[in-house]
Amino acid sequence: MTTLVILGCILLVGLVIFQIARINEMIKRIKGEEEAVQQSNDNTALSVLLFGIVFLALALYTSYHYKDRMFGYGPMVSASKHGVWIDHSMHIMLVITGIVFVLTHILLFYFVWKYRYKKNRLGWYYPHNNKLEAVWTITPFIVLAYLAINGLVVWNKMMEDVKPGEDHIEIEVTGMQFAWLLRYPGMDGKLGTKNYKLISGTNDLGQDWNDPKNWDDFKPDEIVLPKGKKIRVRINSRDVLHSFFLPHFRVKMDAVPGMPTYFIFTPTMTTDEFRNNLKKYPEWNVPADPSDPESKMKWETFDFELACAELCGNSHFAMRRAVRIVTPEQYDEWVKSQKSYYLANIRGKAEDPNQGKTIKINGVENSGAPAEKPAEGDAGVKADSTKAE
Amino acid sequence: MSTQNIEVREEVDEIIEKNGYDDHFHDHHASDKYKSSFVGKYIFSLDHKMISRQFLITGIVWAIIGAAFSVIFRLQLGFPEADMAWLKPLLGKWIVLNDAGIGSISQDFYYALVTMHGTILIFFVLTAGLSGTYSNFLIPLQVGARDMASPLLNMLSYWFFFLAGLVMLYSLFLSTGPFSGGWTAYPPLSALPQASSGSKGGMNLWIISMTLFIVSQLLGGINYVTTILNLRTKGMSMWKMPLTIWSFLVTAILGILTFPVLFAGVLLLLFDRSMGTSFYLSEIFIQGAALENVGGSPILYQHLFWFLGHPEVYIVILPAMGIVSEIMSVNSRKPIFGYRAMAYSLMAIAFLSLLVWAHHMFTSGMNPFITNFFVLFTLIIAMPSSIKTFNWLTTLFRGNLRLNSAMLYCIGFVSFFISGGLTGIWVGSSTLDIPLHDTYFVVAHFHLVMGVAAFFGMFAGLSYWYPKMFGRYMNETVLKVHFWITLIGAYCIFWPQHYLGLAGVPRRYYRFDSFNSFTGWEGVNEFITISAIVVFFTQLLWVFNFFYSMWRGKKVTERNPWHSNSIEWTTPIIPPHGNWPGKLPKVERWPYDYGKDGKDYITQITPYAEGEEVIAH
Repeated sequence: MTTLVILGCILLVGLVIFQIARINEMIKRIKGEEEAVQQSNDNTALSVLLFGIVFLALALYTSYHYKDRMFGYGPMVSASKHGVWIDHSMHIMLVITGIVFVLTHILLFYFVWKYRYKKNRLGWYYPHNNKLEAVWTITPFIVLAYLAINGLVVWNKMMEDVKPGEDHIEIEVTGMQFAWLLRYPGMDGKLGTKNYKLISGTNDLGQDWNDPKNWDDFKPDEIVLPKGKKIRVRINSRDVLHSFFLPHFRVKMDAVPGMPTYFIFTPTMTTDEFRNNLKKYPEWNVPADPSDPESKMKWETFDFELACAELCGNSHFAMRRAVRIVTPEQYDEWVKSQKSYYLANIRGKAEDPNQGKTIKINGVENSGAPAEKPAEGDAGVKADSTKAE
Repeated sequence: MSTQNIEVREEVDEIIEKNGYDDHFHDHHASDKYKSSFVGKYIFSLDHKMISRQFLITGIVWAIIGAAFSVIFRLQLGFPEADMAWLKPLLGKWIVLNDAGIGSISQDFYYALVTMHGTILIFFVLTAGLSGTYSNFLIPLQVGARDMASPLLNMLSYWFFFLAGLVMLYSLFLSTGPFSGGWTAYPPLSALPQASSGSKGGMNLWIISMTLFIVSQLLGGINYVTTILNLRTKGMSMWKMPLTIWSFLVTAILGILTFPVLFAGVLLLLFDRSMGTSFYLSEIFIQGAALENVGGSPILYQHLFWFLGHPEVYIVILPAMGIVSEIMSVNSRKPIFGYRAMAYSLMAIAFLSLLVWAHHMFTSGMNPFITNFFVLFTLIIAMPSSIKTFNWLTTLFRGNLRLNSAMLYCIGFVSFFISGGLTGIWVGSSTLDIPLHDTYFVVAHFHLVMGVAAFFGMFAGLSYWYPKMFGRYMNETVLKVHFWITLIGAYCIFWPQHYLGLAGVPRRYYRFDSFNSFTGWEGVNEFITISAIVVFFTQLLWVFNFFYSMWRGKKVTERNPWHSNSIEWTTPIIPPHGNWPGKLPKVERWPYDYGKDGKDYITQITPYAEGEEVIAH
């Protein structure tokens, strides 16, 4: 009912506008077309000028107003090394395009007002001027060349793969509808081989248990990384396209089934350091839960997040994982506390190809006795997320 | 005033009678059969003016549908907690009721709406509706031809478009819904029926519809190119053509070169879906089963798609540029500044648009080295674009500006083109694309530069050529109201989206509250939605004006109401079949002699006066 009333109101408003418009046209005819046209032309020119002033003022004001939420401004500093370079490029871009935006709009709106129709005046017959046109071909060329080179230098620097032997940590993320699966290489620093045909209810990545490199891989349910270390993320997908997006680190790369991609970045701030930086801003010093003034402050609840940035189906908007950056010492401790997925969930079971055999994992002998109680962190992926049964 | 009109009219007729070219068109009465029956005149019409109106009206219908879809998904984004149960009678099971009886838009339906909004607006409205209307209407009239080179293909072009629309419309009523994987239809999401309900029957119909649409575009495009190259009237050399014709020519060539590639892309997709091939599929485990397909690459589809997809956005915007150049010059009473530069920059943009497709794929996993070339070519496009912008500004400089609605839409176009074009440099730079790709920044960018701007070109053209199309004027006051609300409203919708994007908020999200990083924009999203609703209803006002004025608008009494130079205004007020009742006019000069030698305007068919300077423009 309310809907009908609202629609009825809208219809009425439309009709009123239309009737006024019709009367307006009639008045024009009575007043004498030419005079009315001149009058409305002057009014329109003034309106365009006013619009221009308000538009530019609002554009500048709102940019300033939302500044502290933008990448690279206020508390939204980049938490990665290359992200700072990106933010710098973006800043240069903003200044240059901002100037062009304001200047061209001033010309546009001012010309409309200044050269509005006047009776008995002719337009200036000015068909072309090669010099002038050369100016606005060459000037943009120089500016764009600068922007292109500036951007590409950063691009090639940040896209450089790790060199053989270079110190880094490699982790793996795999997108699926609708979750991210995480895998860390364990003590050997190497991720084991996998085959999508081996995927099952207990093996959601299709790891090959014959490969010793797999035996110590662990699968946490949040991304934990040390500050200051080069991270190479191997990005995979199990089904459709996804995109690995870490907004605070300026990281984005598609996850493509059948073609592993990668992104390399170095975190420069721990989660705690980022929170302490947020603390300086009043908008972060409010209770996280507005209805409960006793709740934690907003900055205290801040977490880095991993999101999906490529449409992957009907729950695309809910593919979240928390990301925690810690000091290298805390990281080492955390890695030690993680339990190998193989040992906790596979060893000694029917799927284990080494059942009954004694194997060596990172130099430690394992007889295959019943697995100890699985560690908390191993619950990374619930078995029901794959419908392999 | 009125006596002068009759004088002008007679003078024009006399000139055509004296200098015109007699092609003996009216000696043959074959043309009479076209207007003999209702079906022949209004349905299976072979007359370019009628076909143009068919494209236009079909485009308007699709525009309303596509825009209504955007309003529904904007309601979800602006008011995610609101009760949508009132839409249940219309949308049925797509509105999900919870236990408390509160209705919400289902996720599948949300994505279907987003996908259909994109597909409909880009292909059916801004490609077929824009090019189909203006190329058909203006090419014969402005180059001085009796009709298109092949009226039959022209008719088929419309009917293939109509069929494409019918198939797409049908897909909206499937129980699994229309396709819902985004207008780009990236596989594997689009290739695997298991991946989403929209990828079932809806995707098959999407592919069939696109195929029919491609046929329509090719038939139309070949016709436009042939007509422009072969059927220009006597004296109409290429460099005497209005810029509208230049833009239609370049657009049509671009379409002919790129639409077949989209066909190849969707054909392989169809094979993957139905015949077990693996062009785009490799190592996939979905819904509890590992698929056999190995060795394919989803990136291949992206290359094929964007080889059309990128030129496509120029197919949308180039005709609007041509229209704006023409109308702006006429209403500034001043020649377009840098006519040849304008034509060359159209060609440059079209040529470069074939070399930049992978700038949509910087984060796709494509080799980062190749990205360098695509960044360079992409940023080079900014050069012809800035030439155009500065030339438009200089056209206004020291003109005598008649600020009627057509001119206002042109000014709006330039503003949108600048605002959206500048952000193109941002996203065209691979470095900035890393944080900005697939965020609202991109949404703001392309909606301003090719969505709203192209619409403003379309509106400008309709204000300006409506008298030629229907012999009446639209209500000018309504047009101005529409202009102001749409201009302000469109900026209210899309300007704040830049901020969302710069804060990293991803596009194509059904809700934002799964992430702390993307919340805090509720007020802005509400504002955007309310603006979108206001703008939507304002468009309906325009549509009402359009149809109302067809029968009740003020009648056109002079043949050349805008005092324009181009030759479509030398035809009778309502051009008959064959456009000119007698001989075809002979063209003597370029179309932009405004304000020359103390004369307000000198039509294209007016011979050079003795001693008049012939300026090589």
